Amino acid sequence: MVFEYAPAPESTKVVNLKTNYELFIDGKFVKSKNGSTYKTINPATEEVLAEIIEASSEDIDYAVNSARKAFKSWSKLSGAERGKYIYRIARLIQERSRELAVLESMNNGKPIRESRDIDIPLVAAHFFHYAGWADKLDYAGLGKNPQPLGVAGQIIPWNFPLLMLAWKIAPALAAGNTVVLKPAETTPLTALLFAEICQQAELPDGVVNIVTGAGETGRFLVEHPEIDKVAFTGSTEVGRLIAQAVAGTDKKVTLELGGKAANIVFDDAAMDQAVEGVINGIFFNQGHVCCAGSRLLLQESISDEFLNLLYERMKTLRMGDPLDKNTDIGAINSAAQLAKIHALTQAGKSEGAEMWSAPCEIPNKGFWFAPTVFTNVSLSHRIAREEIFGPVLSVLTFRTPDEAIEKANNTPFGLSAGIWTEKGSRILEVAHRLRAGVIWANTFNKFDPTSPFGGYKESGYGREGGRQGLEAYLKAGK
Amino acid sequence: MLKDDPLVLPSFLRDTTNSDSALKKFLNGLSGVDKVGVEERVAKLGTRSIKTTAKAEGIDLAIRMIDLTTLEGMDTKGKVKSLCAKARRPDPLDSTVPSVAAVCVYSDLVAVAKENLQGTNINVAAVATGFPAGRVSLAAKLQDTADAVSQGADEIDMVIDRGAFHEGRFLDIYDQIQSVKRACQAAHLKVILETGELKTYDNVKKASWIAMLAGADFIKTSTGKVQPAATLPVTLVMLQAIRDFEIATHRRIGVKPAGGIKTTKDAMKYLVLIKETLGENWMNPNMFRFGASSLLNDLLMQRRKMKNGAYSGPDYVTVD
Repeated sequence: MVFEYAPAPESTKVVNLKTNYELFIDGKFVKSKNGSTYKTINPATEEVLAEIIEASSEDIDYAVNSARKAFKSWSKLSGAERGKYIYRIARLIQERSRELAVLESMNNGKPIRESRDIDIPLVAAHFFHYAGWADKLDYAGLGKNPQPLGVAGQIIPWNFPLLMLAWKIAPALAAGNTVVLKPAETTPLTALLFAEICQQAELPDGVVNIVTGAGETGRFLVEHPEIDKVAFTGSTEVGRLIAQAVAGTDKKVTLELGGKAANIVFDDAAMDQAVEGVINGIFFNQGHVCCAGSRLLLQESISDEFLNLLYERMKTLRMGDPLDKNTDIGAINSAAQLAKIHALTQAGKSEGAEMWSAPCEIPNKGFWFAPTVFTNVSLSHRIAREEIFGPVLSVLTFRTPDEAIEKANNTPFGLSAGIWTEKGSRILEVAHRLRAGVIWANTFNKFDPTSPFGGYKESGYGREGGRQGLEAYLKAGK
Repeated sequence: MLKDDPLVLPSFLRDTTNSDSALKKFLNGLSGVDKVGVEERVAKLGTRSIKTTAKAEGIDLAIRMIDLTTLEGMDTKGKVKSLCAKARRPDPLDSTVPSVAAVCVYSDLVAVAKENLQGTNINVAAVATGFPAGRVSLAAKLQDTADAVSQGADEIDMVIDRGAFHEGRFLDIYDQIQSVKRACQAAHLKVILETGELKTYDNVKKASWIAMLAGADFIKTSTGKVQPAATLPVTLVMLQAIRDFEIATHRRIGVKPAGGIKTTKDAMKYLVLIKETLGENWMNPNMFRFGASSLLNDLLMQRRKMKNGAYSGPDYVTVD
């Protein structure tokens, strides 16, 4: 092979891993009252990284009470004062960005190129954005002097561990709430490093509490009577349970759930950039993206030509060590997720769709799945309806714009969609008729703290980001 | 590469060049280029980390791909002579450094270059056709080309008529390239698009196709006399056009970014771009060239640094 890239691994020396982590409650790392422990691993090597506490209901009680106590003074601080703390956190995230990026890739399996160039910069940007809002809440669109809700219980997923933390914590704090946040079971480490950053920023005790654990811990948090607001990002299945649990209470809820986004490529699209957009839409973060463009809707007249370009491009994707700077596709986050991807792709094959995978060398250890495309997919196939949450693209074809829109909307989800055409008027018309919360035109998977994000239908409710994101953490002033 | 006549197109493409309107229709039917997307792709590839063995290999490959160039009004025989010496033996202290691919001069200095490169595999490339603006009659362009060829030029770097391009006279450009190609006889033809004057990526794609249809052996970004000269996104658009042309005709066209490529880091980014767009078949001096003058010294300094562990500085490489 000519000009084969030599290994270029990012050093892990910058990360100071402890062998076991405690809970972060009331500004301090504390032992669990009676919770058990579990091990968190590196999904690319299956190496144990640290021992983590599975918080009990007593731990949650302690955390929520600390947040409640802190709320009294935090909500009384002037917006400008709160803003100072949030700006300080944002700057510390930038200062420690390499450490955070390496740790994120170790615990999540995502390529360092993404954690370094996308996740962590967006995390800092999110805190900067909402730090700026803290003293301007009168302009949030809720009238003069809007009020915080109180204590927010926040549960986040494993696909963007620190970024989802930022989406939850930054607006909550800016609006004057205090939080108890539970990171995902498989990816707690950057949240615990964030707890250190809160200490470093001298954030008042109890304003941010981080409790680790799995589903049961999350349930304690959601059902705790002293919680005023539940914010959840994760599967539609768990979202439903949360909606049921808070029904009949005063708790406000925002849910950001699954998706099965259509990425629609018309015959007049800029071909090479559309190919790139489809790649980015489904293989970014191993396809562990709720808004991933997992259904490619391709105009039939260009489908052969387009798919050939797509396959050729996929052959150049580099799968392997997430810490190597030249890696494009990292590890699947967990054995359970890998099993789910296998089950759904198996279903795709047995239902008659045709499967093609990029010729990647699969490492011996860890959880891996080669970038995969299914063709001959019809809307009734499971791989066209269910969220796979992996690097698997289902290709459907259409003949007319109306048919494209109809097929795109024919899903219980409605989080995102993509439109590829060089015709501006078509972009406007199609975007208007798609039922999805976020629609990208001639690009995909673009995130910005100023832009609201959220879904229709089974993709959840509420918006995160921008001015709209504040509404989830404020009530109208008296 | 196929050995068929580059002046004859496969039958399904022949109609496209029958008339001005047919060619215009064909070019306008090519899929567009999204500026944001192409620049984003290049930025992403720009993060590739080229270290140790890859860097060492890349440096030698880049040296072998250089068209070592001098194109100044003040060029003299002496200047060309010393450039030829540098082309043969880029680093006088290290005989393991490979020679460059070609020396590129104005057509009146071809004989001098030829004489000083005797007994080597280094080609002589001549810029012709009223370089760099190309604002002379076709007869003068053909004469310029014929002169260079008769003096022994192995490669001709011609410029396209950008005025004709902006007037939409695509067939005129096509015809001119064909005429020059004929005048080249056995010499290889590189067609300079002068992308800095075409301005949009869509135009770059169209001009690439005109040149390839007309029988160019290479398409080249720039004269080096117009800013911006070569850029990574422009080169990517040309590489993708070359790939599309290969799919359509089974002909492989070479590519030469020229002007403004000064550092080893720049050169590595271009190598990454070819590797991940066109692949191995283009990773050699027959299919890829750098049009550059100062790039060579940076490559030599980086090469020494990799070998000796210390950076020697500009006074330790020759300034020819």
